[in-house]
Amino acid sequence: MANMNLVLNVWRQKSANAPGQFVRYEAKGISDHMSFLEMLDVVNEQLIERGEDPIAFDHDCREGICGACSLMINGQAHGPRQQTTTCQLHMRSFKDGDELTIEPWRAAAFPVLRDLIVDRSSFDRIIQAGGYISVRTGAPRDANEILVPKTDADESMDAAACIGCGACVAACPNASASLFTAAKLGHLGLLPQGQPERMARTRNMVSQMDREGFGHCTNHGECEHACPKGISVAFIARMNRDYLKAMATQPVERDNDDG
Amino acid sequence: MQLLSKAPTGPIETRWDRHRFEMKLVNPANRRKHTVIVVGSGLAGGAGAATLGEQGYNVLCFCYQDSPRRAHSIAAQGGINAAKNYPNDGDSVYRLFYDTVKGGDFRSRESNVYRLAQVSVNIIDQCVAQGVPFAREYGGLLANRSFGGAQVSRTFYARGQTGQQLLLGAYQALERQVAAGIVKMFARHEMLELIMVDGVARGIVTRDMVSGKLEAFTADAVVLATGGYGNVFFLSTNAKGCNVTATWRAHRKGAAFANPCFTQIHPTCIPVSGDYQSKLTLMSESLRNDGRVWVPKNAADCGKDPASIPEEDRDYYLERLYPSFGNLVPRDIASRRAKDMCDQGRGVGPEVAGVRRGVYLDFRDAVKRLGHATVAERYGNLFEMYERITGEDPYKVPMRIYPATHYTMGGLWVDYNLMSTIPGLFVAGEANFSDHGANRLGASALMQGLADGYFVLPYTVANYLGSTKLEKVSESHPEVRGAVESVQTRIDKLLSIQGKRSPDSFHRELGHIIWDDCGMARNAAGLTRALEKIPALREEFWQNLRVTGSGSELNQSLEKAGRIADFMELGELMCRDALERDESAGCHYREEHVTPEGEAARDDEKYCHVQAWEWTGDPSAPRLHKEQLQFEFVKPSQRSYK
Repeated sequence: MANMNLVLNVWRQKSANAPGQFVRYEAKGISDHMSFLEMLDVVNEQLIERGEDPIAFDHDCREGICGACSLMINGQAHGPRQQTTTCQLHMRSFKDGDELTIEPWRAAAFPVLRDLIVDRSSFDRIIQAGGYISVRTGAPRDANEILVPKTDADESMDAAACIGCGACVAACPNASASLFTAAKLGHLGLLPQGQPERMARTRNMVSQMDREGFGHCTNHGECEHACPKGISVAFIARMNRDYLKAMATQPVERDNDDG
Repeated sequence: MQLLSKAPTGPIETRWDRHRFEMKLVNPANRRKHTVIVVGSGLAGGAGAATLGEQGYNVLCFCYQDSPRRAHSIAAQGGINAAKNYPNDGDSVYRLFYDTVKGGDFRSRESNVYRLAQVSVNIIDQCVAQGVPFAREYGGLLANRSFGGAQVSRTFYARGQTGQQLLLGAYQALERQVAAGIVKMFARHEMLELIMVDGVARGIVTRDMVSGKLEAFTADAVVLATGGYGNVFFLSTNAKGCNVTATWRAHRKGAAFANPCFTQIHPTCIPVSGDYQSKLTLMSESLRNDGRVWVPKNAADCGKDPASIPEEDRDYYLERLYPSFGNLVPRDIASRRAKDMCDQGRGVGPEVAGVRRGVYLDFRDAVKRLGHATVAERYGNLFEMYERITGEDPYKVPMRIYPATHYTMGGLWVDYNLMSTIPGLFVAGEANFSDHGANRLGASALMQGLADGYFVLPYTVANYLGSTKLEKVSESHPEVRGAVESVQTRIDKLLSIQGKRSPDSFHRELGHIIWDDCGMARNAAGLTRALEKIPALREEFWQNLRVTGSGSELNQSLEKAGRIADFMELGELMCRDALERDESAGCHYREEHVTPEGEAARDDEKYCHVQAWEWTGDPSAPRLHKEQLQFEFVKPSQRSYK
C-alpha cells in the first residue's frame, strides 16, 4: 500500500451569495486504497481538529448509483477515470506530489449553495414537465400483456441508467442539459407504455430545460465522455428528431401545453 | 402501552380483502381537506406520497437528499420478488408467503406476510405500466431469475439496478403529483422532531439543511418511511446519510421500537482496506452462483499469493460444511462462517487492526468451465466495479469478500394497518419491523417498500382519516411551539460543547462496539460489556464533541452530530434487545444457543414473540412489551441447508 502527499486547491464559498475562492490544503499520508471522498474525509477531520469549517460536498451512497456526488477534479467532471463517479474514484488514479483543483459543477442552472455543493433542483423540474407515464396506482393490466422487444427494453434501460448527477451539464461548454433530458425521453419513448405522451413529453421537457437556463447542444460530445454511466449522445439525436416531429405536429388547440 | 396487532382472523387468503372492505373511506371531495406528511422519498415514501396525492389528499413530502430520486432504495441491485409464476415452476402467493415466514425464522406476523405476497403481483403490473424497464425475454415477455437460493424463479430485475429503476418509477409518479400541485416536496429537509397533540401525531419539525431554518409542519397524519438504521455500525452498505433520527424521535414520543437487534449482515461485500474506510460496497449475491468461497487451510499461507496455494491447501469451507447448498447457503450462514474463518486466523487480504478480514471468492474454476466470455457476460459489470475499488482484476486474482451490515429487520412497531403505537403515526418500508421477522430473504426489501407505499398505506391512512375526528392545529399551538423550541435547544447544545472530538470519531467508536458485540455473533458477556461501554461513550459525546460553524447555515457536521446522538441511544437498545432475546433466531445468533450442527437454535417456547420497547425517559431503562406470534399456517421448523 503506497502513501502519497497531495496539494488540493479547493473552492470554498460560505453561501450562495457569498464570494468564493480557492483555498490551498495539503493532504498528507493518503493511501492509494482510499476513495476520493475518503481522502476529503481525512482532510475534513484535520480541519475540524484545527477548528475550521470542513469542506462541504454532496455525497450519499458512495457506490456510484445515487448521483449525489459531483466535483470537477482538474477540470474533469468526476475526475480522470471513465465511467466512474467521484465516490468510486480511488486515489490510485493519482500519484504522489499531484496538485488537484477541486471545484463544484459550474452552470447557471446549478447555483452553488456552499463550497462544492450545488442546487440541482432544475433537474427535478425537467422531470416534472413530463418525465413520467401518466398512470395511477391501482388497476393496470397484467404486466405480461405489454410485450416489449428485448432490444427495445435493453436500449430503454441504457438510457434509464442515468443517475441525474449533472456531470453532463458540468462538462458541456454550453452547460446544456441535453443528455440528461434525452436520457429520460429515450427511456420512456422506447417503450410501448410511453407512446401516448411521447410528443407532448418531448415538447414540454425540452421547453423546461430551456426555461431553466441550460444551454443548447452543439454536438461537442463532452457529456457522453463525462457521463459516469456511459449514456450515448445518440439519445440526444433521438430527442432532437422527436422534438422536430413534435413541434411540426403540435395540435393547434394545445399551443399552450408546454407548462 | 398495548400492542394490538389488529390482524384479521379467519382464512388467510381473504383477510386483506375483508379488511379492505371493512375500512372507512374518505369522500373524494373531502380528501383535499386532509393533509398527510410523508417523511422519506424512497420506495415506501415515494410510492406512498405519489399514491396519496393521486387520491386527492394534500401531501407534504420530505427528504434529506437534494432530490427525492436519491433515496437509498436506489442502491438495491438484485431484484424484486413477486408471485407471478410466469415461469410455471410451482410458485404461488402461498409459496411466497411460506418461504418468507420460514426465511424470517418464524419471527414475523403471518397476516402481514400473506398480504405482502398477495400484493406482490400488483406491484409488477404497476411498475411495468409506469415504464420500469425490467429485463425481457426475446419474445417480449418479462424475464425472471432465481435469487438468493430460492427454488423458484420469482425475481424480476433490471440489470443490476433494480432498486434504481423501481425508485425512478416511484419518483416520476411523485414528480407528476408535484407538477399537479398536489404534493409539495421539501428536499434537503431533515425531520428532527415529531409533534404530538393530545396523544396523537400531528406534525413534524424540520431543519432546512441549506439555511438552517427550523420549521413546524402540521397535518392529520404522519407517515415515516425513513429507512433502516444500519449506519449505527458506522460501516455498512447504507448511504452515508441514512439515519435513525426520524424513527428515534418518534420512539422518544411513544412509538414502540420492535426487534432492534434483528440486523442483517450481507456476506458478499468488499472488505475494509484501512481505518479511513467510510462505507462498505456490496457485491451482488449472484456472484455466489459461480464463484467458490475458500480460505487457506494453513494460517501460514494467508499472506501468500493465492495462485501459489495448491488445491490441497485450500479449504472450500462452505462446500465442505454444507454439501447440498454449498456456496449458496443463506446470507446469515455464509456471513457467520466467513467470520469464523477469519477468527481462526485464516482470513486473507490486508491486516486491519491486526486481523485479516476477508475470504476468497474465486472464479478460476468458473472461467475454466464456462469460458471467459460467459463469465464476463454474467458478472462483467460487477468485476469492473470490484476492480475500480480494489485495483485487482477478479479474472486473474480471486475476489476478496467479507460480510457487512446491509438491512435492518427491526424498526418501529406497527399494527396490521402500519400504524405505530402513536395514533396517526404510520411507518412504512424498512423503517417498520413487520414483514421479515429475524431474517429477510433476498429481493424482498423492494417488494415490501412498494407494497406498503402503493397498496397498503393508501387504504389504511384513509381509514384513519375517515374514522378520526381531528381539531385543526395551528402553528401557534403550545405543543407545536414547544417542539420547535426543543429542537433549537438540542442544536444549541450540540454546538456549545466545543470539545475535542469530531462527530465521525464518535460514530466510528460506536460502530466498533456494536460490530464487535452485537454483530454477526452475540453472547451475554459481550452484550453486557457493550451495555457498559455505550453509555460511557454517550456521556463523552455530550462532553467532548466538537461541531464547527453555526446552526443557521449549511452545516454537515451539525447534521452528523444530531444523527449520531440518536444512534448512541439506539445502539444501547439494540444490545439490550439482543441480550434479552436469549435464543438464536435468523440473523440473531447467540453463541449460547446453537444446534449440534452449529446453526441458530430457536426457543419457540419462550421467544415466539416480538420484543417491542417503550421509551421511559432513561435510555438505559426502556420498558419491554411482547406481542405473541401465532403460526396457524406455517408450522415452525428448524431450517436445514446441509
